[in-house]
Amino acid sequence: MTFVPKPKARHPLLKTNEIGLTRRDYEAIVSTLCAGCGHDSVSAAVIQACHELSIPPHQFAKVSGIGCSSKTPSYFLGNAHGFNSVHGRMPSIATGAYLANKELKYIGISGDGDSASIGLGQFAHIIRRKVDMCYIVDNNGTYGLTKGQFSATNDMGSTSKRGVPNLYAPIDLVSLAIQLGASFVARSFSGDKQQLIPLIKAAVLHKGFAFIDVISPCVMFNNHEGSTKSYSHVRNHTEPVVDANLIMPRDEIAVEYEEGTTISVPMHDGSKLQLRKLSDSYEPNDRVSALTYVQKAQEEGEIVTGLLFLEEDAVDCHDILGTSDTPFNGLAQENLCPGAEKLVQINESLR
Amino acid sequence: MQPTDIHNPNYFHKVVDCQWACPAHTPVPEYIRLIAQERYTEAYMINWESNVFPGILGRTCDRPCEPACRRVRTEEKPVAICRLKRVAADHKGDITQYLPKVPKKKNGKRIALFGAGPASLAVARDLLPLGYIIDMFDRDPGGGGMMRSQIPAFRLPKDVLEEEVDLIVNMGVNARYNYEITSMKEMLDMDYDAYFVGTGAPRGRDLELPGRKEVSKHISIGIDWLSSVAFGHTTSISGKVIVMGGGNTAMDCCRTSNRLGAECVTVVVRSAFDVMKASDWEKEDAMAEGIPILNNRPPKEFVHENGKLKGVVFGRVKPIEADGRLKYVPTGEPDVFIEANHILMAIGQENHCPWIERNLGIEFDKWDCPVIDEDSLQSTHEKIFFGGDSAFGPENIIWASAHAHKAAISIHLFCQGKDPKHDRPPEAVNLISQKMGLHEWSYDAEHDPSQRHIVPHADLKRSLDNIKVEVELGFDEDLGFKEAQRCLNCDVQTVFTEKLCIECDACVDICPMDCITFTPNAPEAELRTALTAPAETLDQDLYVSETLPTNRVMVKDEDLCLHCGLCAERCPTNAWDMQKSIIHIPQLSSYAE
Repeated sequence: MTFVPKPKARHPLLKTNEIGLTRRDYEAIVSTLCAGCGHDSVSAAVIQACHELSIPPHQFAKVSGIGCSSKTPSYFLGNAHGFNSVHGRMPSIATGAYLANKELKYIGISGDGDSASIGLGQFAHIIRRKVDMCYIVDNNGTYGLTKGQFSATNDMGSTSKRGVPNLYAPIDLVSLAIQLGASFVARSFSGDKQQLIPLIKAAVLHKGFAFIDVISPCVMFNNHEGSTKSYSHVRNHTEPVVDANLIMPRDEIAVEYEEGTTISVPMHDGSKLQLRKLSDSYEPNDRVSALTYVQKAQEEGEIVTGLLFLEEDAVDCHDILGTSDTPFNGLAQENLCPGAEKLVQINESLR
Repeated sequence: MQPTDIHNPNYFHKVVDCQWACPAHTPVPEYIRLIAQERYTEAYMINWESNVFPGILGRTCDRPCEPACRRVRTEEKPVAICRLKRVAADHKGDITQYLPKVPKKKNGKRIALFGAGPASLAVARDLLPLGYIIDMFDRDPGGGGMMRSQIPAFRLPKDVLEEEVDLIVNMGVNARYNYEITSMKEMLDMDYDAYFVGTGAPRGRDLELPGRKEVSKHISIGIDWLSSVAFGHTTSISGKVIVMGGGNTAMDCCRTSNRLGAECVTVVVRSAFDVMKASDWEKEDAMAEGIPILNNRPPKEFVHENGKLKGVVFGRVKPIEADGRLKYVPTGEPDVFIEANHILMAIGQENHCPWIERNLGIEFDKWDCPVIDEDSLQSTHEKIFFGGDSAFGPENIIWASAHAHKAAISIHLFCQGKDPKHDRPPEAVNLISQKMGLHEWSYDAEHDPSQRHIVPHADLKRSLDNIKVEVELGFDEDLGFKEAQRCLNCDVQTVFTEKLCIECDACVDICPMDCITFTPNAPEAELRTALTAPAETLDQDLYVSETLPTNRVMVKDEDLCLHCGLCAERCPTNAWDMQKSIIHIPQLSSYAE
């Protein structure tokens, strides 16, 4: 960790976004994580993505559970709303917050312990409920905060720092998310911001539940030769299959790709998400085929990255519940609670 | 781009902008850190070794270091380097123990120095510890040259001047004052082993205009007049004074007139305000004393009546930029007449050596300047070396010190039968890690965002009443400390070791100034636009690594680096380290012992 605060001084030519803010305006306090932690790169990618989206910081809500990953919301979007909840219970908090105010952009940060172990049930149900949020798992395959035990996403045979192999099969959160009905599923690597930043931008704008599994090496406990989640292993075993590129309304489309390899998906705010297939046989719109591909690659020890599944025209929980257009926190008391007389009427109508 | 060779002494030297810009290459951040630690004596000695006259320069230097200071680019105002030098001089303790020892037994070589100004004094200082016999000749009754004769006491008190001049003279210089050299041949006949000409640029320019001859007794040449004030021959000036010229001499003339009883003083300059030769702070100080500076007014005629000066007629022009140069064209407005009883002419000066016979083998160029080798400062006569203003024309004291170090090495090499140009010792660089613990550095890495502190001045009325009252009071210890903390420690370098890097991006993410980028290699022009923040200051280098495992290179734009050390703190593998670069600029002192 660092004791020196990051100087406020900034590069005079730093770009400002559409609302006149620089990337520095999306930062927060300096990280207290270990130097070189992948999670800090994810935070930096969130900062960059939110800046590029030109959404004011106070229109975000950051939610998290417990763990190294879950500390990171303190290190980005210092001017956003936030709730650091109980271990594995971030989905409940996020669901509640989203029900009360659907106008904020929700960014959930969790880890492999928080989401694949103690919070696995919560993880499954927030997907099922289709909460409109960007749910990021900083996945390092280890319990860094408690000194390096294997987590539930650690690959079988991958070794600890002392060379002891992991005996259990991993839970693959990406497969789980595709299977449980998430409408946006991606996987990326903390060491590849070029891929990660557009994914975060698209996930924030996506209407419905968007999940990004980010492999984020733990430099202290899981960045050695026998690890399958080290910087070098991930770099050498990554197979990007679908490139995502978010084109904002003001951007001109600079690159035209060959026909047939590119899919253009309109987003709710008028921007366009351009998907470029890097692998011919990959079908990012087909749940079953995507799932099969991802699992097959995993068996071969390859890590498939990119925007792995996207459901166009997805719905979220407010659509399903048919709630009012005005967010609940904007409704007056008498509208939220119409009174005993109305309740009697409703009950009567059901008899 | 090719990977950067950080062992080339110039690479990191250039990163220390102030030291690079200083003609004498004073290690500025090093002494500023010592000031912050209240180690004034050591700070003073670091200066003394490089620039020889810290107390004098701390008041009078032209400060080429300050516009170069990185803080100009990261915020706006540079660190007050010059005034911090003065802090070291004002608060130093006894320096005797640090002074070089001068051997009693001489080496038998006799060196003649012409002029007792900064250049000759500095040559003497460098040569004496090696046992040279030094004879120094000057026409004035005391040492110091233009530092004594041209810089008024309200900018440079006499005791400060004398302390530093006497220090050198007392090392064992045979000073021959009141000695007017009239013939180089005569001097050569004295058969010294080498000669150093440090006679400055003693001739003030004059202006031939209608009426000039008739009013000659009302016109003084600026530097001659200042000299006559300095030596007490002139103690007053009366009536209305016009100072013609826009350099520092003009500023000294007008402020001196103001103190010697002039009824009113006006500075009239041919050129525009912004391009005046005077340092900004000199202009500010003159204006703060109520002296008007009129620009874009070329003089046309001296108006006189019965042999008495009435005033001067000036034309009116305006500057127009053409092909990147300023051109002055008449505005068409009527000329202006400004009343005057006395004129001080401060329109420039020249190095002028009428006493050097032209048949001695000393070549002169078409501008009548001696032909000198830039590396060795040797003239075409092998025994004769030049330095200071007499070498390449009027400059500042700091240049005299720089020339002197070069010339001293040359003279030493020459006296040993070596080639002053090709046998010179090389520059070198040492890099020393500043890491003391997990998060501890041996320097104050934290960035201090405070603004430049203002030097307090003496009460205006009091200083105008007495020419000996120093205007600037200097920083006290407290302000000195605060200003010292603004230094970015640019000599503590970010050193990158490729083979340790795991490309985790931690340094990229933490860098407050977006200096660091990992990107595929490309030609420099392309790289400069491909960085996280564009590198638009072209004279600031890019630090490029060898190719990394991902086929990218690390590129660091040195331009705006705060040297805060965060990249090194956040680096998990110590691929980044903060290392102090010590630049070894050859000096004769390294030959002593």
